[in-house]
Amino acid sequence: MQTTPCVTVQNVSFWYGSNQALFDVNMTIPQHAVTAFIGPSGCGKSTFLRCLNRMNDRIDGAKMTGTIKLNDQDIRDRSVSVEALRRTVGMVFQKPVPFPMSIYDNVAFGPRTHQLARGRALDELVEKCLIDAALWDEVKDKLKSSAMALSGGQQQRLCIARTLSVSPDVILMDEPCSALDPNSTHRIEELITRLKNQYTVIIVTHNLQQAKRISDMTGFFLRGELVEFGSSETVFGTPARKETDDYINGRFG
Amino acid sequence: MTSLASTPVLVQRRVLNALFQTLCGICAVIAIAVLGYVLWFLFRQGITYFKPSFFTRLPDNVNPVLGGIKHSILGSVNILGIALSISIPIGILSGVYQAEANGKLCQVVRFLTDVLNGIPSIVIGLFIYAIWILPYAQKHPGQGYSGIAGGAALGIMMIPLVMRTTDEMLHLVPQSLWDASLALGTPRWRTMLFVVLPSARNGIVTGVMLALARVAGETAPLLFTVLGNEFLGPITGPVDALPLRLYKYATSSDPVQNAMAWSTALTLILIILILSILARFLTRAGKRS
Repeated sequence: MQTTPCVTVQNVSFWYGSNQALFDVNMTIPQHAVTAFIGPSGCGKSTFLRCLNRMNDRIDGAKMTGTIKLNDQDIRDRSVSVEALRRTVGMVFQKPVPFPMSIYDNVAFGPRTHQLARGRALDELVEKCLIDAALWDEVKDKLKSSAMALSGGQQQRLCIARTLSVSPDVILMDEPCSALDPNSTHRIEELITRLKNQYTVIIVTHNLQQAKRISDMTGFFLRGELVEFGSSETVFGTPARKETDDYINGRFG
Repeated sequence: MTSLASTPVLVQRRVLNALFQTLCGICAVIAIAVLGYVLWFLFRQGITYFKPSFFTRLPDNVNPVLGGIKHSILGSVNILGIALSISIPIGILSGVYQAEANGKLCQVVRFLTDVLNGIPSIVIGLFIYAIWILPYAQKHPGQGYSGIAGGAALGIMMIPLVMRTTDEMLHLVPQSLWDASLALGTPRWRTMLFVVLPSARNGIVTGVMLALARVAGETAPLLFTVLGNEFLGPITGPVDALPLRLYKYATSSDPVQNAMAWSTALTLILIILILSILARFLTRAGKRS
């Protein structure tokens, strides 16, 4: 496993108004690996994930301190465009949200926005993304039909294809399988494992088995604090902190 | 073990349930019956002169039976077209502004929209008359009334309605759709234009159609603006419109023309119906592609 740092997080705290959601989080997320965040509901893992592509910017009264660096560049620097950041740090959400347009247009939307390709090249890009997201065989004959008609699992893979379409470096996933059946979950997990060869994947999950199966690194959040962060083997095998041990063995949460 | 037998409370619930269900049913029937009666009455009265020649002829005051409403239909369609082309861009864009912008100005605009919505239509007619037709007539005696002015009056009436619907429909679009688009690095304007507006489209189109249906029957604002005409005229001058024709025929001393008022009303209703069906069809076809 490569250990080139990709995302460096230093002293990050976050507030929703007067309500502090994250307390002094520090971590280094390695490149081309799957990093999972686990923890009980409301522990701040999703909030933290959304800090990484500045999705919290729009929330009224939200405030963040500390620094997050992506390949040594501060993502909150004045020179950073939030659009360019989100292109580099893609995101897949809990509920699949296809755009109300055709399957093709869903995947082509990002490349069109960023003017990455057009015409034949765009067709090829769409095909490549759908292949990478393991959806191509199921939709190649109905690219022009509405994305809303796909099943939940297919929609989620479409959303992954859409995320891949703007060639990000990092992919954030916020409980991407929690709305899916076991079969679809299995396919997405396989997909994630394959994606890490090209991308840095950071995933929030409630499913501990899932985190154990697919992740290289695991971070355990509790009440806004990063309790433990290390290789998944260590966190799940010989956790250093009692809270982690209690959580992964189902003694609370 | 809990008894499975009915208890007095459960019986009471069941009786209340049956009572309110019946009440709701009766009210629904009454509402539909009134509407049905209006339409049926209109159809029965209006069908007498509802034939092709009625739509291809102009009014004939010498021999009323040979008269028609061709110019009124054309006038109404043109006036409504102008009203639409004024109210759709202004209404939708300001609706987007209201849905997106927060702050003092936005609240002021929203309040003023409600005020505008409450202004009686005749006042809007007078307004156009005062700022447009009267000054023009003073410079060019004998001129001033025009179909364009009428379209503007109806357009002004439609703006707050379109604005409100757009605002409300945009608020119904889930935040998750916004997030999905923004997370791709899509700028806000592009997200609004290509993701959010399209998903609110059906609601907005329905709102526009309702607004159009409402102003299509307006008579008062047209009295001061398009004046009415017995002949086919250009849109830049006095033209006729269905509500004006209806009023003229209904208040005519000739019984044939009185009957023709019903046919005119039937035509008006059918035009609105066709427009609504067309809008439904268009939005559905758009959704499939």
